[in-house]
Amino acid sequence: MKTFPVGGIHPPENKLTANLAIGYLSIPESVTIPVSQHIGAPAITIVNKGDYVKTGQVIATSKGIVSSNIHSSVSGRINKIDTIVDTTGYKQTAVCIDTEGDEWIETIDRSNEIVRDIKMSSEEIIQKCLESGIVGMGGATFPSHVKLSIPAGKKCDLLIINGVECEPFLTSDHRLMLEKGEEILIGVSILMKALKVEKAKIGIENNKKDAVDHLTKLATGFKGITVHALKVKYPQGAEKQLIKALINREVPSGHLPVDIGAVVHNVGTAYAVYEAIQKNKPLFERVVTITGKSLSRPGNYFVRVGTQVSKLIDAAGGMPDDTAKVVNGGPMMGKAVNNIDVPVVKGTSGIILFPEYESERPQVNPCIRCAKCISVCALNLEPFLLMTLSEKSLFERAEEERITDCMECGSCSYICPAGRPLLDYIRLGKSTVTKMARERNIK
Amino acid sequence: MGNLLNISPSPHIHGKETTRKLMFGVILALMPALFASVFYFGIGAVIVTSASIISCVAFEYLIQRFILKKAISITDGSAIVTGLLLAFNLPSNIPVFIIIIGSLIAIGVAKMTFGGLGNNPFNPALVGRVFMLISFPVQMTSWPVPAGLKSGYADAITGATPLAIIKEGLKNGESLSQLMEKVPTTIQMFLGKMGGSIGEVAAFALLIGLAYLLIKKIITWHIPVSVIGSIAIFTTILWLVNPEKNADPMFHIMAGGVLLGAIFMATDYVTSPMNPKSMIVYGCGIGILTVIIRVWGAYPEGVSFAILIMNAFVPLMNAYIKPKRFGEEVKNG
Repeated sequence: MKTFPVGGIHPPENKLTANLAIGYLSIPESVTIPVSQHIGAPAITIVNKGDYVKTGQVIATSKGIVSSNIHSSVSGRINKIDTIVDTTGYKQTAVCIDTEGDEWIETIDRSNEIVRDIKMSSEEIIQKCLESGIVGMGGATFPSHVKLSIPAGKKCDLLIINGVECEPFLTSDHRLMLEKGEEILIGVSILMKALKVEKAKIGIENNKKDAVDHLTKLATGFKGITVHALKVKYPQGAEKQLIKALINREVPSGHLPVDIGAVVHNVGTAYAVYEAIQKNKPLFERVVTITGKSLSRPGNYFVRVGTQVSKLIDAAGGMPDDTAKVVNGGPMMGKAVNNIDVPVVKGTSGIILFPEYESERPQVNPCIRCAKCISVCALNLEPFLLMTLSEKSLFERAEEERITDCMECGSCSYICPAGRPLLDYIRLGKSTVTKMARERNIK
Repeated sequence: MGNLLNISPSPHIHGKETTRKLMFGVILALMPALFASVFYFGIGAVIVTSASIISCVAFEYLIQRFILKKAISITDGSAIVTGLLLAFNLPSNIPVFIIIIGSLIAIGVAKMTFGGLGNNPFNPALVGRVFMLISFPVQMTSWPVPAGLKSGYADAITGATPLAIIKEGLKNGESLSQLMEKVPTTIQMFLGKMGGSIGEVAAFALLIGLAYLLIKKIITWHIPVSVIGSIAIFTTILWLVNPEKNADPMFHIMAGGVLLGAIFMATDYVTSPMNPKSMIVYGCGIGILTVIIRVWGAYPEGVSFAILIMNAFVPLMNAYIKPKRFGEEVKNG
């Protein structure tokens, strides 16, 4: 079975919710919808306080190419447009809506019927993705229409679909593959048409054997789509590692996958694309895993964007008394939130509640130069060195050692027997080096 | 909602590995060799090993408590490993006061003056051992012959090591084939029935330790394989060129401290290189220097010196030998 060759770790999987079907979270009394739920420029609000909006209506439009539309996830009246602190801890503008019923815009096809025929052309599909606010659902939230528009002079011959879900605890992609397999495959076909490629490979880690089997069976009915089981290893869901594992091509440092002829999309994105193109439904809802060892009812839910995380926790049986940390995303790369009233956004794949004993960082001891950080680095960097260079503010040296290649997967900090905060310092170095490079370019 | 939440950057989970677990893993891997040496050298092995461990831990404690006035870290197990390894490099009849002096040099000079665990450029146990070898050459080179559990301590019967027999014999003009009659057979050497340091004699016990270290992923194969491999290749060449002057590769690997050095001393985390490419260069350097010292040098054995010399090159190797980064060189296929 294939996997990427260099580095990687095997953290305990803890997929507590793998066998729990996706439920629908009840629509909250109010939602808070940030205008920046994607990489790129924040969207511009086009509604005002007191306006009545329907579910699926555009409330903020994209600004520039790398940006995305934002839609209302409920029907109701705009209570206020305010500055909030979002899941990342930064302040940004958000539209707060008080829910009144659930009136969808008329154009959305709400039937359960699966629409198989793809009528749109490549250009129409890309345009529709832009209008529907589709972004990468794996967590990076890069606007999908940008990824689908192949830059002039470059050629894409393969679509790769990321069903790896290598983060422990998370099961939203896994459940989606099991329950919406056909929709996902239609979504994949749509993406293939948009990219004008003949082949698509779906990579799934083998701890989701049921999803591999299910999609393999369904894929026989689709032209050009193959499903590949991969050996479990974190961080296989990272774009470059997945490409290496599937087709043994290495994306050069500082380049994008399209430079070697591949484009990667997440299974969640494929589903969102299906809904946008075939059902005319913009992206205002997604699957979120709510999990944690102390939770009484962990689960997977379709959640409207803008729903407060606290509502999700209530649905899972309420916040356990021993909760000491709430993480948005996976335990390896997710962000700890400082407030459980933050809203679920397009990139929220899971919410994890950590009890006291799991939320504390290990004691920091001297580096014993065991080299475990080097052996787990999937990019073959030397994390111990990058940390030391950042610690001592030797940023030029850190740049030579390719600190900006780091994708912040956290494997080094995870494995370090001395409990050293390697990634913390690497992040510091990375941001400083990026800033230095930008200033150099201006000159 | 009154709960206060912890905020910290990712990752939010941590592996189970700790410095202490790694150190105790090494200690466990040394146990077969310790049992073998007690079996061969009796009470002497017990006295020397205990004296070495106790004095290493005591010196670390005293220095941290009274001179550095820092937190005490003897529970991390690193001083125990140093003590064990130092003892493993000593004859089983060495007087305790010499061990105490050696431990002071190992911990006090080679480790704590550089800032303690993680900062020492040279392997502390080897610095201690070489200091003792130079300061007390007589006591350090009178090797008790293995006499089983009933062997004495101070009154143990001594004899030369196989390497010394060959070295002296060749110098006196004896032929190698004659000399090979006087040294133990390969099987005896594999089992450890020969004169030598406490920990180095029993090859099979050291190999069990190696297997444990590899299975537990405490070390990687690079250093032990490159040390042993380079010695094998180099001595094979010498042996083929002149079989009357040079012992066969099997003898070189089994005799002396090659296995102990390759498995436990050269792989010391702090003083060995950190990426696989450098590890192989470092291991081959140790192997080649060992053979040069054994064949052309003044001492019959050269593993300790070879490792210490290569320790000095480690910062250089870490700075100049770099792993190939992901995406550095595009290979499509």
